[in-house]
Amino acid sequence: MENAKEKIGLEAWLTTHSVSSPIQAWSQRVYFGCKEFVRQPLAMFGFIVIALLLAVALAAPLLAPYDPLQQDLAIRLLPPDGEHLLGTDELGRDLLSRIIYGSRISLYIIMLVTIILAPLGLTIGVIAGYFGGKIDTFLMRITDVFLAFPGLVLALAFVAALGPSLDNAIIAIALTGWPGLARLARAETLVFRSHDYISVVRLQGGSHARVIFLNLMPLCLPSVIVRITLSMSSILLTAAGLGFLGLGAQPPIPEWGVMLSTGRRFMLDHWWLVTMPGCTILIVSLAFNLLGDGLRDILDPRSEQQ
Amino acid sequence: MNTASPANTSNKAILDVRNLSVSYQSQRGRVDAINNVSFTLGCEKVGIVGESGSGKSTLGRTIMGVLPESAHTEGQILFNDENLLNLPERRMREIRGGGISMIMQDPKFSLNPVMRVGDQISEAFLAHSHSDKTLAKKQSLELMESVRIRNPERVYKLYPHEISGGMGQRIMIAMMLVAGPKLVIADEPTSALDVTVRMEVLAVLDEMVSNRHVGLLFISHDLNLVAKFCDRVLIMYAGCIVDACRSCELPDSRHPYTQGLFASLPKLDEPQKRLAVLQRCETWLEDKGSV
Amino acid sequence: MTQLTQDSELSSPQSKPKPGRSHLVIAMIEVRRVSVTVLLTLLVLLTVTFFLGRVMPTDPVLALIGEQADESTYQTVYEQLGLDKPLIVQFGIYIKDIATGNFGIARTTGNPVIVDIRRVVPATIELATLSLILGVIAGVPLGIVAAVRRNSAWDHGVRFFSLLGHSTPNFWLCMMALVVFYAMLGWIGGSGRVSIFYIDTVDPVTGSILIDAIIARNWDLLGDALRHVIMPALILASGSMAFISRMTRSFMLEQLSQEYITTARVKGLSRMQVVHHAFRNIKVQLLTIIILSYGGLLDGAVLTETVFAWPGFGQYLTAGLMNNDMNAVLACVLLVGVIFVSLNLFADALYRVLDPRTR
Repeated sequence: MENAKEKIGLEAWLTTHSVSSPIQAWSQRVYFGCKEFVRQPLAMFGFIVIALLLAVALAAPLLAPYDPLQQDLAIRLLPPDGEHLLGTDELGRDLLSRIIYGSRISLYIIMLVTIILAPLGLTIGVIAGYFGGKIDTFLMRITDVFLAFPGLVLALAFVAALGPSLDNAIIAIALTGWPGLARLARAETLVFRSHDYISVVRLQGGSHARVIFLNLMPLCLPSVIVRITLSMSSILLTAAGLGFLGLGAQPPIPEWGVMLSTGRRFMLDHWWLVTMPGCTILIVSLAFNLLGDGLRDILDPRSEQQ
Repeated sequence: MNTASPANTSNKAILDVRNLSVSYQSQRGRVDAINNVSFTLGCEKVGIVGESGSGKSTLGRTIMGVLPESAHTEGQILFNDENLLNLPERRMREIRGGGISMIMQDPKFSLNPVMRVGDQISEAFLAHSHSDKTLAKKQSLELMESVRIRNPERVYKLYPHEISGGMGQRIMIAMMLVAGPKLVIADEPTSALDVTVRMEVLAVLDEMVSNRHVGLLFISHDLNLVAKFCDRVLIMYAGCIVDACRSCELPDSRHPYTQGLFASLPKLDEPQKRLAVLQRCETWLEDKGSV
Repeated sequence: MTQLTQDSELSSPQSKPKPGRSHLVIAMIEVRRVSVTVLLTLLVLLTVTFFLGRVMPTDPVLALIGEQADESTYQTVYEQLGLDKPLIVQFGIYIKDIATGNFGIARTTGNPVIVDIRRVVPATIELATLSLILGVIAGVPLGIVAAVRRNSAWDHGVRFFSLLGHSTPNFWLCMMALVVFYAMLGWIGGSGRVSIFYIDTVDPVTGSILIDAIIARNWDLLGDALRHVIMPALILASGSMAFISRMTRSFMLEQLSQEYITTARVKGLSRMQVVHHAFRNIKVQLLTIIILSYGGLLDGAVLTETVFAWPGFGQYLTAGLMNNDMNAVLACVLLVGVIFVSLNLFADALYRVLDPRTR
């Protein structure tokens, strides 16, 4: 009448119901999380695409057949063929090489924005949620002002004020993104703040800083990680939008949005100029969203629980 | 309240459960919720008592056919000579509410918060009869009176958050009887109520069940309550029925689990230094009783 | 039989005043609260945009008079613009100007910005409203189906479609639409609201060419206008459709796991009736979402209008950006902020008023 098959060794350790140490509990969670993740084809697709993106960006010099900045007006506006797999643009540059190098730019933008955005949003959110009262109201009023504008418009305003350049675009996007993250962190903190184990740390003499950085922040991490992964998709889209408007990366940098902008003049007769870079943006953005959704299902299941 | 009904043999069995097993697939393997359970129920009050996880709530939901899709069932549940487990969904819908109904536990959650309580009763009536809204409302009001709601006209228009727990449960009772079922399952109907209100709601339930000659399956964790209220008692443990007897014979039961349950009840009139703790034994599962 | 008194059975009567009156009172309180918050946020917005304007890299004087002008002209204009006064006075003048609708002169058109804005807003409203309608008509049923048939092909399809909507750069989609449906297939019109032949062929009564055409019974114009508006509207709608269907699905799932749904099933209700039970509980949340997504459409409109050369608010903004027209840009940004904030607060207030569980 026994239900469980006999399991041995590592597998037994990872699936037993009676857990004897925190390491074992944590390992079990990671194990079941990974099992669950691998079972979802869409999430795996996202993961693979992102991994490919990283690989392509790192190996760009090896993969790109041509120099992305080299112009040759004699071969401009060629459709895709054996020589140039994705065709050439209006200045004779190979589109495939430009797209490959563009992955570096995009990754650079995404990573830099995330590095600015994540600590800023998380810290402000947790502080606001933990202390409450006047600090909370003050910080939330500030985020309210930022949230008063839809994302792109705010980024446009910042870039317009700071001057069009790639770095200013990065700053602008980071500035538009942190309020959302701060709100999320604050909401999570409010839930956890009332839990008894936080009071225990305080009662044992833990300082505020200790509670915030060692206890509350790690608790918020799962949903923050999910949110950041998902927002990487919109960072990419906003950056492309800014590039398209000429407010972000400037030509001749092979940023995908800029390529769309310059190709627009010729697109009606030379469809490959805009199709290829656009598809790339779509696939990468989709991959981030799928990855984020997959992570959400295993890290933050209560939002989707039956 | 302790009406000793005549022996089971004089009523035809309304419900006949034979070798019922229900299991779920989880990440860690198969979990058995109900394990080879059999019993019959006639026009009487039968209580099912067990601790959390004994499978008693699952039993109620299996009979109603509202288990999640991942559940796997075996065996037979015979009602009106039909096996409920094999019926198409359409026929099950006719039976739910019209043949068998279920009183849920907490009216705070089991009533639709944005719908007037009276309309929720009428809806149950309309689902099982081809009448119009006026007749449905009339029936609902009548039923509300018989569950001892004074001024039913006023209460009809109220929302669930405007009525108390006791009244909510009486609304629930009315809702589950308005379509004229033959069998009523009560899933912990008084567990969410204040102690002072419990007796009142049980009195109403008793009256309704007796007057309408319906069978009652009373699911609870409260052994004392079930012993006083029901005619027969079935004790469930880990998905099996381990003991079954008439409620008057319950204190004399020989089964160690039943004895243990009784022993662990705190008694006001006998001084005790320590409360008895139940000692569980795997062998109980091998010796399954069926009634 | 115990006698029960009526009062003990009902939760305290004072908590819920008579239905008709309470709604009005609640609404009034909400309106006052919303106005105060709007004004407060406006003030902050104005401060921010004021300082943004001061931080702009372009010199406003040079922007007006050009680089060739001489020193004395520069000085005159400098004083005219009030740039020599202390900052706080400038701010005061700024607020006064905004309050009277004076956003300055637009560099590109030479008109007062407020006139330009009045000209372009109706086009955006037409586009945004149509997009919202499409988004709701498609998004809500899809969300419901996805929730009811959870984990089925429908559910996965809707979720994927919604995901796709979130991941597509909408300006690229606009470009692809023009390449495929205009250049290659010729099914839709090109840029703008109407073809060249039809410009100014109808009296601008409502600001919406579609409605004006219907009023004037000019079916040719209506057809042409539809051919021009359908693609931008669909693409803009895809964004809000993705959002609305995702939120609807989420709301429905939350409701479908509640106890009262089991009660409804146990009563023997049909599947449609059970879904309706759940839907009743999300109506107010849905309304909030729909209002919010109207604000989100403003975001998408900026790029969509630019690609389709739709003569609306968004295109005016991007044209201003590309031409360094700071007055126009600031005015647009401020206006977008005001609209967005008002929509958010309105949705919030509506939620409180309509929820029957208001205490």
